[in-house]
Amino acid sequence: MKYLLAPFLVMLSCLMPQSASATLRDTLYDNYQTDFSSFIEVRNGWRTDRNQDEKNASIAEARLQLDLSTDLTWAILKLKSDFVGDLVEEETRAELRDFSISFSPLDFVDIRAGRQIITWGTGDLLFINDLFAKDWESFFIGRDTEYLKAPSDALKTSIFWEAVNLDLVYVPVFNGSKFIDGTRISYWNNLSGTIGDRTNTLRDEERNRFGNDSEFAARLSKNIDSIELAFYLYSGFWKTPEGINPTTFDLIYPRLTVYGLSVRAPVLGGIGNIETGYYDSRQDSAGNNPFIRNSEVRLLAGFEHELATDFTGAFQYYLEWKQDYDQYEQNFTGVKAADEYRHLFTVRLTRLLMNQNLTFSLFTYYSPSDHDAYLRPKASYNISDHWKVEAGGNIFIGRDDQTFFGQFEDNTNIYASLRWSY
Amino acid sequence: MNNRPVLLLLVFITLFITPVTVHSTPEVKEIINKANNAAYYAGDDGKAQVTMTITDSQGRQRTREFNILRRDSADGGEQQFYVYFKRPSDVRNMVFMVHKHIDRDDDRWLYLPALSLVKRIAASDNRTSFVGSHFYYEDVSGRPPLADTHELIEENDTYYVIKNTPRAPDSVEFSSYTVWVNKSNFMPMRAEYSNKTGQKYRLVEALEVKTIQGFPTVVKSRVADLLDGGETISEFSNITYNIGLDEDIFTERYLHRPPREARQ
Repeated sequence: MKYLLAPFLVMLSCLMPQSASATLRDTLYDNYQTDFSSFIEVRNGWRTDRNQDEKNASIAEARLQLDLSTDLTWAILKLKSDFVGDLVEEETRAELRDFSISFSPLDFVDIRAGRQIITWGTGDLLFINDLFAKDWESFFIGRDTEYLKAPSDALKTSIFWEAVNLDLVYVPVFNGSKFIDGTRISYWNNLSGTIGDRTNTLRDEERNRFGNDSEFAARLSKNIDSIELAFYLYSGFWKTPEGINPTTFDLIYPRLTVYGLSVRAPVLGGIGNIETGYYDSRQDSAGNNPFIRNSEVRLLAGFEHELATDFTGAFQYYLEWKQDYDQYEQNFTGVKAADEYRHLFTVRLTRLLMNQNLTFSLFTYYSPSDHDAYLRPKASYNISDHWKVEAGGNIFIGRDDQTFFGQFEDNTNIYASLRWSY
Repeated sequence: MNNRPVLLLLVFITLFITPVTVHSTPEVKEIINKANNAAYYAGDDGKAQVTMTITDSQGRQRTREFNILRRDSADGGEQQFYVYFKRPSDVRNMVFMVHKHIDRDDDRWLYLPALSLVKRIAASDNRTSFVGSHFYYEDVSGRPPLADTHELIEENDTYYVIKNTPRAPDSVEFSSYTVWVNKSNFMPMRAEYSNKTGQKYRLVEALEVKTIQGFPTVVKSRVADLLDGGETISEFSNITYNIGLDEDIFTERYLHRPPREARQ
């Protein structure tokens, strides 16, 4: 039955006249102050290289998204959910992306409670102080970029004073990122020195104790003329499992505190940004525990500029600097130790054509220290106001198996999608 | 020495010249400033619902529907814009915000609701298409009068016709443009752009003007690409001026939480 879902959804979308959906929307808005939008999408992707135990299809799914928002005068309710028929994981599932209430108890205070997507920081597809959940699997298999951000179950309070703004986020139970565990993308196992796949997926020890496994994030921000300044604090856990339980060999989420700051401003006719953060790996302060990732200093600097009309270029430099490197090297127990510095450059090129209906983009990560790269080419075309077709790739290149992008080399994939939205 | 003849002469000159000055053409700079105020600074603030119909050279049509809020810090001075997209659905609920400056590049932000992301956009080139239409960013928020030199080339019963030449020709795609300014209300009604080879290639025109709360207002306008035949028609409705928009609306807070004025 589920194999019929994708063609069924496409048929449904074709049969539904535009006028009917427009009327439905107007009725909801006029009678219930409810804003409604939706899309139906089919997306298929293939691995270009089949020399390991993963499925041929990198992605094969049909997705229906419903997005509702109701204005209650004193508050706004949001509900956004996806319904997915997934042929790779052979399941149908609902993904609740937003279920939240927003209100202002005081003139200068906004509160949003519930499931929500939270984003801050200045990096472009690089995150230092944005320690909210990500979905790296979605990113690498070619889902829409929207799905890189995973929702958090959080209470967000924003306070707006004359001098500064303060955002406080409390996550009662840890929301980790969806990490690469072998199910759909194979990974480097540094204990065994081999590539792991869906026959030996990684297991993690969940952090799910209410109160004990909570996360807290804060941002203090201020704009001075055109300059945006922000200070950040995060207290919680590594968002991907950067530790190993030495008795069970399960992955664990060690405690982490991050202190950071960022500046973003117009410079030289473009936009420049600098962001830095100190990652304090609190369960391994001395850096001598081989089972827990060391503390790190992270830094990024970026610049975006219009190269020509409808053609934009952006460049970033990013650094991960492992602290207590001597301790790390002395105590290292795996197969291949990481470098003290991981340097990474990114380049984004975006070209808009045909009244901005056709977009070509290429996002490239390249690490000279790891000798690896990750390329994200993409072309998308708005056939009409409702139909959009997209094709792209996730290309991993690496000299070594143990580097961040190098480990994914056999997962290079291409994909195409068709979306109907209203 | 008797100064009387000189005094009489002065009085005579004054009497004779003053009425002439009153009836003469205002300085071209003054016309341009008045036209700029009429087109972009009506009231202290305002809102409108905008529907753009974009027709490309092949005759394919796309629509854009958005609400726009505007607030002036001072007439002819800094302004803030808040554009809330309603259609098509792939841009639904996105927000585009501009802080327009006079002495430096504008600040622009784009809010992408699906990612909850506030993106800063470089504003170096104001002469790029606004949301894929034939309107440029500059047509929406106004070109600073100081960016061009102005010359009154014709005056008839209805219009002042002014030729504008860019002070920095390399920064724009045109060599000059000619504007027809309505003499009665100073509304610019038509602008024709010539490219570097002297060919007329772009036409911006007001198709319908209504008086709303005492302010002459363009409620329908059109940009035509005279070379490839494409055009965009903008229709403005639900226009209200002087609604008392708070400056705070044009900050990051309201990107995450669009104000009711923008959503309605």
